[in-house]
Amino acid sequence: MKFLCVGCDEPMRIHSVEGPEQGSVSVTFGCPRCSHRVALLTNPMETQLVRSLGVKIGGHGLPPEPLEVLSTALGSQREGAVEAAGEEGPVWAEAAEARLERLPPLARPMARMAISRYARERGVTMVTPELMDEYRARAGF
Amino acid sequence: MPKRSRDIAGDGGSNILAQVEELGARVRARMARVRRKLAVTSGKGGVGKSVLTANLAAVLAGSGWRVGVMDADLNGPSMAKVLGVRGRRLRLSSEGVHPAEGPLAIKVLSMDLFLAEGPTPLIWEATTQQDSFVWRESMEATALREFLSDTAWGNLDVLLFDLPPGAPRLPALAGLLGDLDGALVVTIPSEVSQLAVGRSVELARAHAVRLLGLVENMAGYLCPHCGAVGDLFAGESQFPAEVLGLPSLGRIPFEPRIARCADRGSPYVLAHPETVAGQALRALGARLSALLTLEGAGR
Repeated sequence: MKFLCVGCDEPMRIHSVEGPEQGSVSVTFGCPRCSHRVALLTNPMETQLVRSLGVKIGGHGLPPEPLEVLSTALGSQREGAVEAAGEEGPVWAEAAEARLERLPPLARPMARMAISRYARERGVTMVTPELMDEYRARAGF
Repeated sequence: MPKRSRDIAGDGGSNILAQVEELGARVRARMARVRRKLAVTSGKGGVGKSVLTANLAAVLAGSGWRVGVMDADLNGPSMAKVLGVRGRRLRLSSEGVHPAEGPLAIKVLSMDLFLAEGPTPLIWEATTQQDSFVWRESMEATALREFLSDTAWGNLDVLLFDLPPGAPRLPALAGLLGDLDGALVVTIPSEVSQLAVGRSVELARAHAVRLLGLVENMAGYLCPHCGAVGDLFAGESQFPAEVLGLPSLGRIPFEPRIARCADRGSPYVLAHPETVAGQALRALGARLSALLTLEGAGR
């Protein structure tokens, strides 16, 4: 799906991606010439269809986590089905740990490994909720 | 004249086409360490594909091959149970998710290993399950792709795929892999099975999927007490391989201990290698092994 700024006859570019919230993703496109913006809002079925493809809207090139779709979309997951091998990594702030715990069981070790790697690559010694936000924004939907 | 999609380069920043290509490349990179990829298929449910796959894996592993089994039946996964790894915890490393190890170091990955204990069905989280028929198959295809690309299979001589019933499953897997070496078709000696399996065979041919041959499972009843083999189905006198135009790779009689071993998570052929059924399974493994080895030498 592509968006064209009709007035400028210019292809629009993704400005931001937010969500999913309550099954809806908001993708804002902007015209690079006149800065006009439009937002594409998906309904839950459309959101799920995009999710099922395993591609990322507005992704910026971070490698996907192992079993990324499975671990985030599978219902009724077995607690402790996957455990991360011990790796030297950054310290996780209490708030970051609490946030990690809110993820589905399978997604926790995957996210811990990916965010720890993201932190190490940037020389960050402590994972905070802010770093998790940054990672999520880079990873895209 | 208004612009069309192809008049505009790129997609605004997501680069979906490149992402799709990258996902395929991840599968190819992982599968490059697997010498042979073989699907066990039927198109018909209840013919004993999973138990046959487990026994075949055991025969090949027993002959020194490094064997993996991927349970491609996401909705009715049974390989974890049949190969005795149900409930095992999987290890995650920078290489990916490491499969469970069953008897003879057979590597196993199954959806069963990720689902909550008990008879938990495969349900995908969504704000609403309404219209799930639109995205469910796509979600399952993505899960299969992730099983392929994100599992640390390591170096394998053969990866066996235990496919669910349904004619389109084999072409779908072949498309996902791109270089499936072939499929073993399983049937039982009944006209009903032959009809369903026949449709799968024709669909596979239409998609140019290579079929290595046919295995007749439950071909006769082997009495565990006296060792005599009698008819189990009425259509035993027919020759399904001939009818389906496939080479016959073996006939495996049924005996109750095959089912008991499967329930215990221990391949029958390891416990009973010298029975008629055990010998038939070993002969099937040897035929396949020779077939795949010969082809490997020719490559």
